Amino acid sequence: MTTFLGMPTAPQGVGHLRGSEPFPVAARRALADSQQRRNLSRATATIRAKRAAAVAELPDWEELREAGRAIKAETMRNLDSHLIRLEEQVTAHGGTVHWARDANEANEIITGLVQGTGATTAVKVKSLVTDEIGLNEALASVGITAQETDLAELIVQLGRDWPSHFLVPAIHRNRAEIREIFLREMGDVDPELTDDPPALAEAARLHLRRMFLSARVGISGVNFAIAETGALCVVESEGNGRMCLTLPQTLITVMGIEKVIPAWRDLGVFLQLLPRSSTAERMNPYTSMWTGVTPGDGPQEFHLVLLDNGRTAALADETGRQALYCIRCSACLNVCPVYERAGGHAYGSVYPGPIGAVLSPQLTGVADNPSLPFASSLCGACYDACPVKIDIPSLLVLLRARYADQTRQERRLPGGEAAVMAAAAWVMANPRRYSAAQRAARPARALSRGGRIRALPPPLSAWTGARDAPAPPAQTFRDWWRTSHRDQP
Amino acid sequence: MRIALFVTCLADTLFPDVGKATTVLLERLGHRVEFPLTQTCCGQMHVNTGYQSDAVPLVRRHVESFEPYEVIVAPSGSCVASVRHQHAMVARAAGDDALARRAEAVAARTFELSQLLIDVLGVEDVGAWYPHRVTYHPTCHSLRLLRVGDRPLRLLRQVKGLDLVELPDAETCCGFGGTFALKNADVSTAMLADKMRNITGTRAEVCAAGDSSCLMHIGGGLSRLRTGVRTVHLAQILASTRAAP
Repeated sequence: MTTFLGMPTAPQGVGHLRGSEPFPVAARRALADSQQRRNLSRATATIRAKRAAAVAELPDWEELREAGRAIKAETMRNLDSHLIRLEEQVTAHGGTVHWARDANEANEIITGLVQGTGATTAVKVKSLVTDEIGLNEALASVGITAQETDLAELIVQLGRDWPSHFLVPAIHRNRAEIREIFLREMGDVDPELTDDPPALAEAARLHLRRMFLSARVGISGVNFAIAETGALCVVESEGNGRMCLTLPQTLITVMGIEKVIPAWRDLGVFLQLLPRSSTAERMNPYTSMWTGVTPGDGPQEFHLVLLDNGRTAALADETGRQALYCIRCSACLNVCPVYERAGGHAYGSVYPGPIGAVLSPQLTGVADNPSLPFASSLCGACYDACPVKIDIPSLLVLLRARYADQTRQERRLPGGEAAVMAAAAWVMANPRRYSAAQRAARPARALSRGGRIRALPPPLSAWTGARDAPAPPAQTFRDWWRTSHRDQP
Repeated sequence: MRIALFVTCLADTLFPDVGKATTVLLERLGHRVEFPLTQTCCGQMHVNTGYQSDAVPLVRRHVESFEPYEVIVAPSGSCVASVRHQHAMVARAAGDDALARRAEAVAARTFELSQLLIDVLGVEDVGAWYPHRVTYHPTCHSLRLLRVGDRPLRLLRQVKGLDLVELPDAETCCGFGGTFALKNADVSTAMLADKMRNITGTRAEVCAAGDSSCLMHIGGGLSRLRTGVRTVHLAQILASTRAAP
């Protein structure tokens, strides 16, 4: 007897990719936090203005965006061969490559590697992918301390908090709050510490310096991995990343499989696109690159963990795969009016904002993140800002359709919304039925005072909670037309 | 010129004055306006909410209604964007390539009002008179899907008596977003609150825009707060004259 094992399917993403509550519920709570709203509004407005100026300096910005998009599109079409090339090159240069199907496998591999060194602490370069897989918690569960070294990540870690932005993980905190966190959690900090930014940075520098000098294991993500040569690249602003990449004996790097780029020369495009889009700088202060192991210089043991965690599943959709082009610049977060007000935590995933709203549901499957595709007014500001031209509004609409289709297939009778939409389409498909529906709405005039309706029953009560609704007019346009343009058919 | 009016279901049903103003304006400029009575709705709400297949009959109806016309105009950036960017896609997704090609042909002849006036009819001064302090909100779809740019402002600057004041953060969404306003009412309202603060800060009497949907949202908020600021469609301002204000 044979057992049918089913068609091979790509693994779903696990880890910190799903919220415990729907976006509208989480957003409502965030909106009530007036301090956070003020912090976010000030920070995003500042970054927006700086980015616009940095981008305006380049006459060929649109061509650069198109080049970035084209490289990513080609990479995704041939991802398998680029990854194998990368593995060959890293291995040839003395590194060891591991393949992880999902977050759990990646965590097992990495905890095993750290345990193998006998170290009880690892210093970390700021890395979204390690947040995605929950690596810090996995290491803690076997008694290993993962020490964040990026200033903002350190603030988040000390505050037992969660990042809310790609580039500025503590964007939801202001300096007074940061001073409080340092005084409470750092232990070795001067009790006279002020909230002057240089003083806060100095306190963090002193705190971290000891860790760098004693660390035996460093852990990082990557911004780019070059298949052609096996070189890996991390861009950063503080130099703390470079400390982690160079001082420890062992370096473990985790990367989502979409981070590979084919050739060395492709890097030139992205090193122009990324800093201007993220920090609004012409060039970021520290760009670290390494290829495998160099005897006598830097880490003598190097491991690269290639993570799928839902990416192959996202790749399967030719339109949806655009979300994998993302270089994590955060420009879309900074221009998004929804993100600016709701904040990053409301998205429930380490990938917040517009890109998170299309990436997270594809990594987990839309059934696990059904509210995120709807967390957008489709204003399109994200698409204009994206340095690799990801058409986020179209992806949101695509995922909304996928969700509606799945919901319809699961239920034998259409749910409330599907029934309303089907009825509306039936009415609108025929001018007679459409006119009849217009007439049927007319009695709503009785609800109005001065042409305005102040309260409507659910679901329209969601509208009238904060806005008046217009009363239907005495005469529709088409009725006016029939009387005013009798000469026309 | 013979111009077909795609009035949009929202203006037809709730804001007929916008359709009337578009008609009056174009007739005043010497054109013949025609209104195919078979038109209903472009189906954007269905597509944007995830019910793309339900929109197929609406796309077919729209194409059949407007196919006979050489030039089509709508007083809405959003509905024109739906015709231009969604109709062919919806038809193609349903496997109807023939309909998709017909939809593309109709889309190429469909213009938002300010685009029609400036690009097709070549007119900036439409002879309007509107003695009020006005601020203008550029709607997201007219701005980022149709790229109307400063065309509406160029038209408004030629209106006699009109005092045009710049709206701070003008290009930020008002928070409408179709069913977003219901599904994410709290975030939508927070966006609206900031938009209203910017509008009232200009001390304008009137907030103008090229989309009845965004104006319904902004106007609903301004009315609820009793700000005394009115929302008026661009077409209504351009239709207004000294003789017929």
